[in-house]
Amino acid sequence: MAIQERVEPQAGNIVDMSWDPITRIVGNLGIYTKIDFNQREVVSCKATSSLFRGYSVFMKGKDPRDAGFITSRICGICGDNHAVTAMYAQNMAFGVKPPPLAEWIVNLGEAAEYIFDHTIFQDNLVFVDFCEQMVRDTNPGVMDLAEKTEAPGAAVHGYRTIADIMRAFNPFTGELYQEALKISRVTREMCCLMEGRHVHPSTIYPGGVGTVATPSLFTDYLTRLLRCLDFIKKGVAVNDDVFNFFYEALPGYEEVGRRRVLLGCWGALQDPDVVTYQYSNLENAGNAMHVTPGVIVDGELVTTSLKDINLGIRIMLGSSYYDDWTNEEVFVEKDPLGNPVDKRHPWNQTTIPKPQKRDIDGGNYSWVMSPRWFDQRTGDNLALDTGGGPLARLWATALAKKVDIGYIQARTGHSVEINLPATPATPETKLEWTIPKWSNALERNRARMYFTAYAAAAAFHFLERAMEEVRAGRTKVFESFEVPDESIGCGFHEAVRGVLSHHMVIRDGKIANYHPYPPTPWNGSPTDSFGTPGPYEDAVGGMPIFEDNGRDTFRGIDIMRAVRSFDPCLPCGVHMYLGNGKTLKQVHSPMFGQANE
Amino acid sequence: MEAHAPAGVDEVHILWTSEGLSCDGDSVSITAASQPAIEEVLLGAIPGLPKVHLHNKVLSPTLGGDEFLKPFFQAANDELDAPFVLVVEGSIPNEKINGEGYWTSMGNDPATGEPLTVNWWIDQLAHKAFCVVAIGTCATYGGIHAMAGNPTGAMGLADYLGWDFRSGGDLPIVNVPGCPVQPDNFMETLTWLLYQAAGLAPVIPLDEALRPQWLFGKTVHEGCDRAGYYEQGDFAKDYNSPKCQVKIGCWGPVVNCNVPKRGWMGGIGGCPNVGGICIGCTMPGFPDKFMPFMDAPPGGSVSSAMTGAYGAMIRKMRGITNHTVNKEPKWRHNRDELTTGVQLRWPN
Repeated sequence: MAIQERVEPQAGNIVDMSWDPITRIVGNLGIYTKIDFNQREVVSCKATSSLFRGYSVFMKGKDPRDAGFITSRICGICGDNHAVTAMYAQNMAFGVKPPPLAEWIVNLGEAAEYIFDHTIFQDNLVFVDFCEQMVRDTNPGVMDLAEKTEAPGAAVHGYRTIADIMRAFNPFTGELYQEALKISRVTREMCCLMEGRHVHPSTIYPGGVGTVATPSLFTDYLTRLLRCLDFIKKGVAVNDDVFNFFYEALPGYEEVGRRRVLLGCWGALQDPDVVTYQYSNLENAGNAMHVTPGVIVDGELVTTSLKDINLGIRIMLGSSYYDDWTNEEVFVEKDPLGNPVDKRHPWNQTTIPKPQKRDIDGGNYSWVMSPRWFDQRTGDNLALDTGGGPLARLWATALAKKVDIGYIQARTGHSVEINLPATPATPETKLEWTIPKWSNALERNRARMYFTAYAAAAAFHFLERAMEEVRAGRTKVFESFEVPDESIGCGFHEAVRGVLSHHMVIRDGKIANYHPYPPTPWNGSPTDSFGTPGPYEDAVGGMPIFEDNGRDTFRGIDIMRAVRSFDPCLPCGVHMYLGNGKTLKQVHSPMFGQANE
Repeated sequence: MEAHAPAGVDEVHILWTSEGLSCDGDSVSITAASQPAIEEVLLGAIPGLPKVHLHNKVLSPTLGGDEFLKPFFQAANDELDAPFVLVVEGSIPNEKINGEGYWTSMGNDPATGEPLTVNWWIDQLAHKAFCVVAIGTCATYGGIHAMAGNPTGAMGLADYLGWDFRSGGDLPIVNVPGCPVQPDNFMETLTWLLYQAAGLAPVIPLDEALRPQWLFGKTVHEGCDRAGYYEQGDFAKDYNSPKCQVKIGCWGPVVNCNVPKRGWMGGIGGCPNVGGICIGCTMPGFPDKFMPFMDAPPGGSVSSAMTGAYGAMIRKMRGITNHTVNKEPKWRHNRDELTTGVQLRWPN
């Protein structure tokens, strides 16, 4: 895709259009595109983040025990994912393994976070793009068709037509919108039971948790989990109906937000029987996780090894507001197994902010750097995306065939089975997520609801294992440790919207270097020094437009669906920027007025 | 539009920017509130409140860009059809130290296409607002992004606008700290301000740090159900223990916050009441005056050594510590220099 190319005016009805800030996401994201209204496609796209806070700068010299408390504040919707990842990195650096019950408690807290966050994002933020008000405004013919289309899953979810579902998505007034807000509160209470608070936990420490593990803790969690199950089972059916309908109603919609299958998943939800937090055991621990790590290139599972994943991470510049660290100190020359660590690896990164004017035409335009993954087979630095989180998690878990806990089984190599017990309004349910044909907007969104079911199913397993510990009297939840003078650590986890790593270097008992890499720098990265665009840019650039509105009333719904499918979370950061070709007419995204407020 | 909102308005806009140095955690937090819930306020389910139009990026039904920014521009141009409450989320960076660059922006200048900084928006809107509310510890006092060694010169809203700032409605900044804000604490404060706009409530009572007095008038310790262990001199030695945590990092005795009493949401969760040390996240001195978080606070160990002695003496000593942690570090300011201790490498 030719991001940097200046488009000539005779190329047609090409218009600069931008959306900055993007709403219904967390963080500061701008999307800047060139759209060809004759060809009805997006010619090019740039993503920019307009926010810098400087965690890697101000964490230097701080006490390494504080890392989790500090880094939780990176993100206001998945801060607990950061606290947990920091804890994993601290455990490695401090040489401490938490008691098993602490791991089950953390897994329960994180499972609740997935259910909460996917629910509020899907139903209260994404579905506004698929609601009756929005579809009527952007594709009235599709809305008319929806009125006449029976919903195949009506027996499960109770909505007779697709249009009935879309009305239930309407913001604030729709039935599903309101129910999702309530479920998002119940699930956050589950998170608070295990981790003290949402979104910045209070009870997570290096070495374990401070959570008081009485039987009541698990009773209070279980009863809330059961209250969510009817909603989750219906939710999967609702999602399948709506997304399948879009493929039928708008032939070719699979191209919206589609990109090459380049997916990364760093694995989630530890198995305390296997994890030791020793670097030498990283690969084993990863392979035992309840979500399998993996890099998937063109449908092929390249590796599930967290050691390989770790060593392949490269942080590129190219369009970002930073000076390079080529001449700065190398902190880690070799990993603890003797493998060389690249200068562009997070352990060796030095963050040197360089504020400057934004220059979208061939210059720097984002506060986000460009994380890439070095594929040893080809020598390529791949712009992996996370599929919004769930798509990569389910895809890697399905291909790897490692997870088998009854409630969840990955045994076919092309699918994941999820088993949920009966609840008052719905029978016992077996769901099967199957690897889709495309890595596109609709499949990222579909996977999100299946992964909500996955997290709920996993929570039942964690509850059983936690109660085994409590009933056997093994209630220890914290292991003491000393902070070494010199050490390194790394932690790998799945934030709700995808890969999350923390890399720490300790010298003289203080943090000498700390670099967190959350999912959005991967997904929302700008074009790198090799000219490779970031995943948002890549997924939106070249994409067809299906919206009925012409350029004067254009709202950009298809582009927003493509971007939101990645579950952007910009504090960790991004902004998208659309090329500002000087020969082009500048048009701002038109007003929607107050109709929906 | 009148700068001073007339008593008894029946419609109010909430212009909410979370584009400061934030994590949007306070916007997310309010969706967790149930006392009252955000949808109850917006759908007119609370008697007496004016009709509320919320313009918040995370919850906006718009697609973003100009659709979203329209009411902000209208307010800046005195074209909004009703008074507005300005809610600021995130630390305010020092934009005087970075040349032609910017630390954080919200949308672009329609004339030039250049980014509009959050500071520009605050300059346009704060004095026109009926009232200005800082949500979360970043916006109130600077918070985590204003810690020692930060490169952005981050500060709180009162450091930026001045502690004696008065809004268009002749009100001081209203600070609702917390990292993130306790959901119901914010929604309850907002509800008071909306009643006030409707002419149904007197001016909100604030303390010296501009916090609602009834929410922040007590310490964590005074509301903590582990305080009984403290009284018995029975202290947790590590995080396995359900006893008082003051010797393993809890700052509860000197921190103004109601979370152990109110819980985090729906009465569930919290901090020392459920095994999480109080790290002082509601305080002007957060985080620097509480780090390293997991060490025993100096004040805490002094007073815990004297558990036999009650009353005036302990209150006085805690008063001294409480006074200290209620002050921000001195590097949080809006002068054209960076004094956080980090070495700048870019020309300025």
